Amino acid sequence: MRFRVSHTTHYAYGDPVSLCHSIAHLKPREEPHQRCLKSQVRVSPWPSVAREHQDIFGNRVSYFSIQQSHGALEVGAVSEVEVTAPPPHNAALSLPWEQVRERLHAARDPAGLQARMFALPSPATPRQPAARDFALASFTPGRPVLEAARELMARIYGEFEYDPSATDVATPLATVLSQRSGVCQDFAHVGIACLHELGLAARYVSGYLETLPPPGQPKLRGADASHAWYALYLPAAAEPSAEAAATPPAGTWIDYDPTNDCLLGEQHITTAVGRDYGDVTPVRGVFYGGGEHQLSVAVDVDRLGEGRG
Amino acid sequence: MSATSPIARLDDVRLDDAYVPAPGTWDEMRAADGALRPHWQYLVDTLRQLGRGGIETRWREAHRLIRDNGVTYNLHGDSRGMSRPWDLDPLPLLLRGEEWAVLERGLIQRAELLNAVLLDLYGPRTLIRKGLLPPELVDGYSGYLLPCHGIDIAGNRPLVFYGADLTRDADGHWRVIGDRTQTPSGAGYALENRVVLSRVMPSLFRDSHVHRLAGFFRGVRRAMNRLAPHGADEARVALLTPGPANAAYFEHAYLANYLGYTLVQGADLSVRDGALWLRTLGRLERIDAVLRRADDCFCDPLELREDSLLGVPGMIQAVRAGNLTVANALGSGVLEHPGLMAFLPALCRHLLGEELLLPHLRTWWCGCPEDRAFVLANLEHLVIKPAAARSDAAPEPRVMFGRNLDADARARLIARIDAEPHRFVAQEEVTPSTAPVYMDGHIAPRPFVLRSFMVAEEDGYAVMPGGLSRVALAQDTPMVSTQLGGIGKDTWVLATEPEREETLLGLHDAQSPAVVRESDVSSRVADNLFWIGRYAERAEGMVRLLRVTAINLTARSSFAAEDDGIGCLASLLEALNEQCQANVPLPIGAEPTTLIAPTPAVLSLITDLERLGALPQTLQALNQAAWSVRERLSSDTWRVINDIERHLRRLTNQAPQTLNAALDVLDPLVTSLVAFSALTQENMTHNEGWHFLEAGRRLERGMNLAMLLRSTLVAVSAPTEEGLIVEAILGVTDSLITYRRRYQAGIRVGALLDLVVQDEANPRALAYQIQELERLVDEMPRDALGPVRTAAQKGVLRLITELRLAELDGLAQPDDPAGSRRGALAQFLLDLETGMATLSDALTAQYFRHEEHPHHMLQHRLR
Repeated sequence: MRFRVSHTTHYAYGDPVSLCHSIAHLKPREEPHQRCLKSQVRVSPWPSVAREHQDIFGNRVSYFSIQQSHGALEVGAVSEVEVTAPPPHNAALSLPWEQVRERLHAARDPAGLQARMFALPSPATPRQPAARDFALASFTPGRPVLEAARELMARIYGEFEYDPSATDVATPLATVLSQRSGVCQDFAHVGIACLHELGLAARYVSGYLETLPPPGQPKLRGADASHAWYALYLPAAAEPSAEAAATPPAGTWIDYDPTNDCLLGEQHITTAVGRDYGDVTPVRGVFYGGGEHQLSVAVDVDRLGEGRG
Repeated sequence: MSATSPIARLDDVRLDDAYVPAPGTWDEMRAADGALRPHWQYLVDTLRQLGRGGIETRWREAHRLIRDNGVTYNLHGDSRGMSRPWDLDPLPLLLRGEEWAVLERGLIQRAELLNAVLLDLYGPRTLIRKGLLPPELVDGYSGYLLPCHGIDIAGNRPLVFYGADLTRDADGHWRVIGDRTQTPSGAGYALENRVVLSRVMPSLFRDSHVHRLAGFFRGVRRAMNRLAPHGADEARVALLTPGPANAAYFEHAYLANYLGYTLVQGADLSVRDGALWLRTLGRLERIDAVLRRADDCFCDPLELREDSLLGVPGMIQAVRAGNLTVANALGSGVLEHPGLMAFLPALCRHLLGEELLLPHLRTWWCGCPEDRAFVLANLEHLVIKPAAARSDAAPEPRVMFGRNLDADARARLIARIDAEPHRFVAQEEVTPSTAPVYMDGHIAPRPFVLRSFMVAEEDGYAVMPGGLSRVALAQDTPMVSTQLGGIGKDTWVLATEPEREETLLGLHDAQSPAVVRESDVSSRVADNLFWIGRYAERAEGMVRLLRVTAINLTARSSFAAEDDGIGCLASLLEALNEQCQANVPLPIGAEPTTLIAPTPAVLSLITDLERLGALPQTLQALNQAAWSVRERLSSDTWRVINDIERHLRRLTNQAPQTLNAALDVLDPLVTSLVAFSALTQENMTHNEGWHFLEAGRRLERGMNLAMLLRSTLVAVSAPTEEGLIVEAILGVTDSLITYRRRYQAGIRVGALLDLVVQDEANPRALAYQIQELERLVDEMPRDALGPVRTAAQKGVLRLITELRLAELDGLAQPDDPAGSRRGALAQFLLDLETGMATLSDALTAQYFRHEEHPHHMLQHRLR
């Protein structure tokens, strides 16, 4: 499936801003199931400096700086991606989760060693004893890891209420866990903290999810949203196992979308991955002057190459 | 008690008898069998010759130099605040040149090794990918700055400066007990120790053939020049300090001066066009390289700690773009992870193909199961160091001694180690070696740590010959702390041949620039200088007014309305209330029997540090402003600042209880303040910065004078009282003698106004201040494309015109029907005050308007 994603972030300032520096994680990364065909970030007013670099996670990071006085700022990212859904797997055939944990910590291959970073607490996902109890209800002794992980996601979906008014961008994870409500990025952090407590490696994924209008109705502009979920790392096996054919290849990440209780599908577009939201914030920055300011975001995800003509 | 004390009195007992090192400890001066080590012989002979009295004299001389030079080290929470003097032992630590050469090889190897590790961790991460360093150790450590990964490092030695803390084991082998890679501090203190000690022990120093330090600092200059992206001679280097509140601020200012670098704080800087710029007066000056003394995580609120106000947003981007070099490289703090030591021997073999030459503390990293088991089994013999995690909420003690833990604390620690083993490191406890220290008239062995310093030169690391030794006062202090503090000790590496004397400046060295550029005046520095001028003048005026008032008060026993001079007193109190924004009760108009004497209130204006706007706060503000531009003030000026601070402490710490006692302090205080003014006139280059200091002084003097005249002369008093008031004003403005010489015919308000308002030749007159301001404002930098006259220039012009056109004879007359008030004079003075305040605002807006603190953009939540 091919998509065009347009993600526009608009800032309106009360007073003029004299100087601003910003970094953005808006250009989709390459993934086994995803190709980025093209991607462009347009900034208005015209930035004096605009550069791109790759961060330690392999994400594409845009930096720009505006040195002329401005009252509004618009960051528009337009990308075209081709997504294929990861092949389905038989969760029941996966390794017991304790073995997965041991393999991870004994990993000596480059990918495994790199993935071990994602088993550590991070600023937005610090150690959470409460998450451990929540996770252990699904991760019973000897249970196949992907089966337990599938259920953990289902329980986050079922036991946490989706409520945009319950949290904001700075709400600590402990609050989300105790009040059992939040939005997709909160749920992603919950999932990551649960897996961390078990000694497993989990990462945060930011991206988009295509939404379809009710049958017969036109799609509204700007109605889509940026999205977030989490992924679990399956370390490489020391030797190939008999069940290999039915399970995902080792050394890969399995994505879970707890907001929609589903695995990664054709409609999930990955932008960036990190330890938590803070590593891959879509747009962040620092400005001088400006006074009060407001933020608005519009996202459109459109299918390409279908139903034309 | 016998007459002989058990300690070594140099006068009456041979030094050899009472200096006994602790058994099982290496002592620098004396071997285990009690024999003096030969390279100490000359020093010991010299000390014997000097005798206790001679050493005492030199010790006092050293302390005077330290105080006069304002050498301080500020510990957090120290009640002595910014003025805690640096302590220096008069005995140097002596090291043999041959032995030093061996140590030096080990240190250079260690620096190369750590540098290679740093390059790898922020580059290919081969050490992690090959399993030589566990990812948990690096990736879980707050010192590993993820945003700094992948930046190309100029010069291939991102670890430009390296400091190693050293001590000796019982057999005399040197060991590293700590690596300083973030912002290794102390080199400036080492230099100052050397300056002081070589002055108080000149012949000892000369004859001992000590290796000099200047070469090391020349290396620092070469290193910074080479690293700067635009190469060689023209590199503009700034030394970034967290600010005057930092413990080692003295050193930052000292080094900036010594090396000829501009001392800057984050707010002085701005990133534009992908490069770093210094905000100077009305201009931006490009900075090529930053020698940073702020920890890396605070350096860029865009990509590192968002809450930091010490850095400059975009700094990492400027480095990434290749337009700026920061030394040490951002992220170098990762090498301070105490657990890294456990892996260094293997890393040394892998990276350098050599065995590690210089041993360090035995170290166990709990992230490794075998190490963890050992640590838990031997907790009581070990020192536990938690490595700060990224998600640290509560601060925790840096170091725990296993033997000090009670059962509870032990259980808690074990639980924490089990929960996050990768965050805990254990090291053996060491007994540091000892060196002789002079204390209370005798010499005693005390534990010490030597910090050695290295700088990355083109072909390898250069080691400072010597370093900063620090001794603990108590004999049994475990010296695990890597904080500065304690007593400093100069460290002499003894050469076999004498060395040529050299300093950094005026050096005939092709590598150094012939002329060190005068460093730029940033807006912040100009702002501080302006306020130094204002506070110094305000304090001086206030002291003069307080003195005249106090003398009037002490001369009377009652406060009745009919008493002679009571009207004058009331006017003076009125003026004090205006100047100090105070509320001293006036004695006029109340029943004499119920009158409360104003004495306590006046006394509190002199002594109460809590009182807003009173004298102590004004002096404190002056000191703080002076501290912030420490590197701009000459050592003589600095000595006067220290005097002023001493007077302030005398006023506030042992507050005088009577006005007479207060006067005893106010008199020398006024002398110091006058000396300060004179020094800034005579000893500062009259450059951009000075113009602002002088403008501040002139503005303040003008405003104070107008305020004084308004609060004393507007209400018309009885002729005798009026005479006293005029005399008092002449006293406060130091114009009495001129007045007497010029107007023999007694005391008149009109004549007074003539002298202190309109006389452009009287340095105390209003007109003189405005005329000076005109000259200063014209000299200030301005935008070539700006308006013909700046707002400040227009303001001055308006003031001058108003003053010159004023009809003083008319203003001296009462103008209300009752003949009790000089209304026109009041309006005239008020207009002048407002005009001067507007001028001050115009200067502030034009030159000091720092860009405000940066704000963070709102972040969109993914839903």
